[in-house]
Amino acid sequence: MADLESVRKETRAWLEENCPPEMCTPLRGEEDVCWGGRKWKFSSDAQRVWLERMAARGWTVPEWPREYGGGGLSREEAKVLREEMRKLGCRSPLDSFGIWMLGPALLRYGNADQKGEHLPKIARGEIRWCQGYSEPGSGSDLASLQTRAEDKGDHFLVNGSKIWTSYANKADWIFCLVRTDPKVPKHQGISFLLFDMESPGVSTAPITLISGSSPFCQTFFEDVLVPKANLVGEMNKGWEVAKLLLAHERDTIGGTGLSTGETRPLRQIAAEAIGLENGVLADTNLRLQIALFEIDAKAFRLTNDRVSDLMKQGKANPAVSSLLKYYGTELNKRRQELIMSAGGLDALEWEGESSHEGRAARAWLRSKGNSIEGGTSEVQLNVIAKRLLNLPVE
Amino acid sequence: MALVLTDEQSMLRDTARSFLARNASISHLRQLRDHRDPDGFSRELWKEFAEQGWAGILVPESHRGLGVGYVEAGIVMEELGHTLTPSPFFSTSVVAVSAIAHAGNNTQKSAWLPKIASADLIATLAVDEAPKHRPEKIALSATRSGNAFSLKGSKCFVVDGHVADLLIVAARTSGAPGETGGITLFALDSKCKGLRVERTITVDSHNAARVVFDNVPASTENVLGQIDDGWSILDRTLDAGRVALASELLGAGDEAFARTLAYLKERKQFGKLIGEFQALQHRAANLYCDLEVTRSTLLQALQTLDESFDAAAQIVSIAKARAAQSATLAVQEGIQMHGGIGMTDEFDIGFFIKRVRVCQELFGDTNFHADRVARLNHY
Repeated sequence: MADLESVRKETRAWLEENCPPEMCTPLRGEEDVCWGGRKWKFSSDAQRVWLERMAARGWTVPEWPREYGGGGLSREEAKVLREEMRKLGCRSPLDSFGIWMLGPALLRYGNADQKGEHLPKIARGEIRWCQGYSEPGSGSDLASLQTRAEDKGDHFLVNGSKIWTSYANKADWIFCLVRTDPKVPKHQGISFLLFDMESPGVSTAPITLISGSSPFCQTFFEDVLVPKANLVGEMNKGWEVAKLLLAHERDTIGGTGLSTGETRPLRQIAAEAIGLENGVLADTNLRLQIALFEIDAKAFRLTNDRVSDLMKQGKANPAVSSLLKYYGTELNKRRQELIMSAGGLDALEWEGESSHEGRAARAWLRSKGNSIEGGTSEVQLNVIAKRLLNLPVE
Repeated sequence: MALVLTDEQSMLRDTARSFLARNASISHLRQLRDHRDPDGFSRELWKEFAEQGWAGILVPESHRGLGVGYVEAGIVMEELGHTLTPSPFFSTSVVAVSAIAHAGNNTQKSAWLPKIASADLIATLAVDEAPKHRPEKIALSATRSGNAFSLKGSKCFVVDGHVADLLIVAARTSGAPGETGGITLFALDSKCKGLRVERTITVDSHNAARVVFDNVPASTENVLGQIDDGWSILDRTLDAGRVALASELLGAGDEAFARTLAYLKERKQFGKLIGEFQALQHRAANLYCDLEVTRSTLLQALQTLDESFDAAAQIVSIAKARAAQSATLAVQEGIQMHGGIGMTDEFDIGFFIKRVRVCQELFGDTNFHADRVARLNHY
């Protein structure tokens, strides 16, 4: 492993040399995240420089092949890069659904033209993508989706509506599940299409959540023309692509526990809000609940480690991502409840500087969606019951 | 270190599993209970434990033990949780060996460790004095005059106390109950003068005793470790016991879950397998997640004990707290999902809820360990 050590040294030296100092400070909020895209306005020169330098090296997508703008790193080398970035406190140069979701799907199912056209633009942050999956009538039962793409010979004609499309109003392109055959069983008539959000007939409307404004939109398609070349994978085989993406989504949500708002340990938040008496938290009931939470949180972190160790040895059942998604999101909801409890009356503020515009209350309300989005907890439990426990299907 | 068993460790688990299934299934425990066996465990079986190397699993090779670590001891404990086999493995091979190996002098080690490894000596720790585990509140006094001590007080729930040859007694030589300073460990022959041992018949049909010390004489030769400074080794010894109990809890929880899952796949009501009902599927899936998340803490705790025996307090408490909760959920759901048959003594699932109740209470329940985690993190 001497090789990895030299990779580590070089990586560190390059990062130290190239990461602008402003990009080595913690994110202050959503406004510091770089999403890229045609309409993107960099919040600072440093943000632009950091993206350009990382993209030039292929390190916005370190494990993608070089020919598509990636870094061509092995899994271990990419891990070294992540570790070194964490040590130096480097911000992510680019976040995007293109990187997390579409990219892996295109690498697996896209043809050479599609990969050559779309992947480098994702890697350089030139095109920002959104995901068209859920519909007003198709939530947990995603495969019942009704947005239609009619085959018109040289193109498709798309009509329908998507909901919960994150950042649809800011995205340049959409990857979208559409029904191409309404006569066959629901899973067998779905295709996976890519199209430009500036196409005539596409419109979006933002959605306000119980936590306030949100990235979510409803998206409408009225006689949208989509070239045939934008079909990914085979016609009517889109569900296969969708499943791969859903697994990535579950991992993203479950793995992070979706830590919105406060990042400090719960015990610290509580100690600052309530104070200590004789070395213990002044509210002894809350103290016990916090300790029980921190025990479960540590157990969950260790479980993530163990699952990745098992994966490396090829001993993990892929359905284990449902366990992580279920447990991680329920855990985050509990954490947010405890933060509210620790904050007491102060946590009830909705506006105002002292509460960072109601940060605690908004994060608490937002967390209620964690166990709904990306497959509800109930759907995850169904998956666990069937795939991991082999319980009989009704 | 990867949170996965090595090949050798997996082999040990398989060997222990098949050995116990063959020689010591639940019917073995049932028989001991129904015949009111005076020992409460099988001495022949314990000899076989020694032949397998398990009695001396933590005893260094220099003292004729197997000299492997806590991960291996935990594997055996976990398998014991599947079969609920009563044996001195916990009291003697894990708890007593941890105290002796870490605090004993050479004479003490040579006198006791080889005998433990060959199953010729049963040893146990006498620590609790009150219904709830609060080791710093030890009040049993050891009054000193010159090189002699006199022990007065009582201990409860001394595991295997009625069959132990050697008692490791946590006594107070100075300070007041509630202080961690002033505690001393004494290793005493169970036959010694002034000692009264009364077997406690417990809910789980395993073995414990009340022990009364009526001016029991001891000398500095009986002291294990340092006088007045026994807290650290006591706490570490308890940690070894706690993680062993957590292993047994996880084994018992897993077994109760496996039996329940099998039942969901065979029992029919309303013309369907009850496992088809989503109400039960979700509860089973939730329980599975809980047990799997607990498993991660346990492996980490066992590995930490092997790597740095003195730095394991927090992860041990996390594992014990989690294992107690998960196993409790598993046995409670187990009884409920088995329905009426689960309430009958003839059916085995009841043995699991009884044993889990004991293991979760012993050496600190979930609240005790949550409090300890909070304290270790300064809140």
